[in-house]
Amino acid sequence: MSGMRMSEVIIDPITRLEGHGKIVVVLDENKNCVKAYLQIPELRGFEKFLEGRVAEDAAVITPRICGVCPTAHHMASTKTLDDLFHVDPPVAAKKIRELVYNIFMLEDHALHVYVLGGPDLIVGPTAPKEERNILGVLKKVGDVGIKILTLRRRFRKLNEKIMGKVIHPLFGRPGGISKPLTPEIIKELRELADPGIELAILTHKFFKNIIETNKEVSKLITSEAYRAETYYMGLVDDKNRVNFYDGKIRIVDPRGREFAKFDVHNYLDYITEHIEPWTYIKFPYLKKIGWRGFVDGEESGVLCVAPLARLNVSDSMPTPRAQEAFEEMYEFFGEKPVHYTLATHWARVIEMIYAAERIKELAEDPDIESTEVLNIPTERPGPVGIGVVEAPRGVLIHHYESDEKGVLTKANLLVATQFNAARINISIDRAARAFIRGGEIKEGFLNMVEMAFRAYDPCFACGTHAVPGGLRLVLEFYNERGEFLYRKDLGSINASSCDL
Amino acid sequence: MSKKVRVALYWMASCGGCEEAQVDAITDELSVIDYLDIVFWPVAMDFKKEDVEKLPDQSIDVALINGGVRLSEHVEMAKLLRRKSKIVIAYGSCSSWGGIPGLANLYQKEEILSRVYSEVPTVAEEGRRPQRKYVTEEGVELELPEFLPMLLPLNAVIEVDYYIPGCPPSPETTLKALKTLLSGETPPRGSVLGASSRALCEECPLNKTKPDKVLVKEIKRVYNAKIDPEKCLLIQGIPCLGPVTRGGCEALCPRVAMPCIGCYGPLDRHIDYGGKALSFIASIIDARSEDEIKKIIDTGIPDPAGLVYKFTLPASRFRMNLRKWGGSR
Repeated sequence: MSGMRMSEVIIDPITRLEGHGKIVVVLDENKNCVKAYLQIPELRGFEKFLEGRVAEDAAVITPRICGVCPTAHHMASTKTLDDLFHVDPPVAAKKIRELVYNIFMLEDHALHVYVLGGPDLIVGPTAPKEERNILGVLKKVGDVGIKILTLRRRFRKLNEKIMGKVIHPLFGRPGGISKPLTPEIIKELRELADPGIELAILTHKFFKNIIETNKEVSKLITSEAYRAETYYMGLVDDKNRVNFYDGKIRIVDPRGREFAKFDVHNYLDYITEHIEPWTYIKFPYLKKIGWRGFVDGEESGVLCVAPLARLNVSDSMPTPRAQEAFEEMYEFFGEKPVHYTLATHWARVIEMIYAAERIKELAEDPDIESTEVLNIPTERPGPVGIGVVEAPRGVLIHHYESDEKGVLTKANLLVATQFNAARINISIDRAARAFIRGGEIKEGFLNMVEMAFRAYDPCFACGTHAVPGGLRLVLEFYNERGEFLYRKDLGSINASSCDL
Repeated sequence: MSKKVRVALYWMASCGGCEEAQVDAITDELSVIDYLDIVFWPVAMDFKKEDVEKLPDQSIDVALINGGVRLSEHVEMAKLLRRKSKIVIAYGSCSSWGGIPGLANLYQKEEILSRVYSEVPTVAEEGRRPQRKYVTEEGVELELPEFLPMLLPLNAVIEVDYYIPGCPPSPETTLKALKTLLSGETPPRGSVLGASSRALCEECPLNKTKPDKVLVKEIKRVYNAKIDPEKCLLIQGIPCLGPVTRGGCEALCPRVAMPCIGCYGPLDRHIDYGGKALSFIASIIDARSEDEIKKIIDTGIPDPAGLVYKFTLPASRFRMNLRKWGGSR
């Protein structure tokens, strides 16, 4: 650019080394930040090497995209295979799939609330770093934390019995599931249903108590710095209520008006992907609005998925206690859609209640006792199958094409973290501009970036889960000639991405 | 155990499932942590590459590395950890033999980039691609690591002492391997730790229904097979890879009436997993003529590469590009 002397600052989450996600901050001659880039230097090529595979293998191949949410990929894939093989699963199979899926959502959300993102709010945003982790949470909430984590493991072990494996499940087949539930599994499901609800409610109580009593947190959660007015997208049932397993995709505009509601088969009419030369991740946006860069507002096609988006596109929750919590949240913010990124944490806790209530409904449903859990495909496979679920981190779309033998010829995948990637970039750019001025990195910049990131829980394919700590952020300063000046260590964040 | 073992944990082209498995293993048996001094675990702890560079050579007792070698920076990091560590272990299928992302080797690098950035129906801008070096409108050069021509297992870039198999390795496998190391035992270089030395069938609850000699007149695909969950999958015509796959996972997949897909990899005596698997499958086909065999395979195994090399292609004799042999023919 003419006359402007630029230097760059690289913030490298040194952990997904060296560069599973790094932030480059561009400074002008006054050393004020003028732009920040989040680079995702990671690619494996799933969309290509699915070609040539027998279609049913997609259900075991795609979970390897992410070992943290493999159940989401397995389920999206299995539903896509129903479609590709033209087969409708029996009622029991659909209910069992939805049941294990809700267990997965509950345990995954619990993980986020207690271990990953939640500590920022539960322990407190200004608490010392060493305390903002699972240990700090346990200190704060006491035995309940242990109880939750123990219950989470019981749910995971139960899901392993049903799905074969909990990391990389395989029980889904086109037309149903591989094996009926045994009486022992059903018994355990019914035993765990009430404790599940109890703990979801307790978690919600803790969360609300923090918002009500901790001014710092309530101020933070409504801070303009964390606000982005984008479009929102999520799955809804026939009454426009949240559903994780199935439904129509609904999009609302930044003012909350329905922008679109469509069957996933029509997703190409609505969604397209933008490519930037400086990152391997692709940025989906709304085709009809267009790409206007990393900006929010009605004129920008940037959209947002994940718990807050799901609630924003829904008229209500399908279960009673989740509905109460839903109403309270919107009353607190006084707007719908809620545009505050950190409200995602609140939405996540509400979704835990819904997941737990839904687990109970389905666990007690006599249909799950049926041994009729599979309709074997009889029609000629292909040419197209498309499927969608709500991953914990948002809308997940699989799209396969096959030949007549059911061998894949094409695949397209749209994952949740991709949908949020543009909005995450906006948040980071905002944080950088606000906090890096005159070459100084103002106190709080790390927190800003960290919390903006964590709220989305961007499928950090990592084991930070049960371990305190995170990724280290290092700022490297370069002069206009690109020569290294000095380095500043900022501490840790949890970061990575759900790349393909 | 007199002193703690200094451990480094690292990931390359992986999904995070190995980290989950390690965390599961440690939480299953918290006492293990008392014996570990973790000097490097980028995913969870505050260390960086420079910290490792500063360490004296050979000062890490054990480095556990998961994920395949996909990007230029993975090569650098693997070499660095090799220099600093007494023992390097390939943890999980990707690191051991390439794993599922290794199926990318069926295609050329350019074909992959073209599919992802040009051909998928959601891509809007023609011809735009991520660049290794790109100068932004502000004049700043941004760099991305190179996407290598093919995915490699860890032992293609450095020497590997031991292997812990699985996708992911089960918590039990992981703990057993750790205990072997903690006991001070030194198994021969190249050994597989934590898993069984016998075929998966030996620990499969369906094995009691399997006859000594399996012969089938038809190979079935899972999508349209009626599977009896109480019977050995092989005798039902499902190409379960249990007989040629190392045990150690407790046969999780056959327990839910799904075939073993080979994630624990080959047994000690087998060099090329896929070759062995394919010859095994050929041995159970009960056919008289070549035409008959061809028909059975065409119907039952339209993608031989994907069936037998799902986790081991980059470690096979072929390494890459078996396309002519694969399903896209």
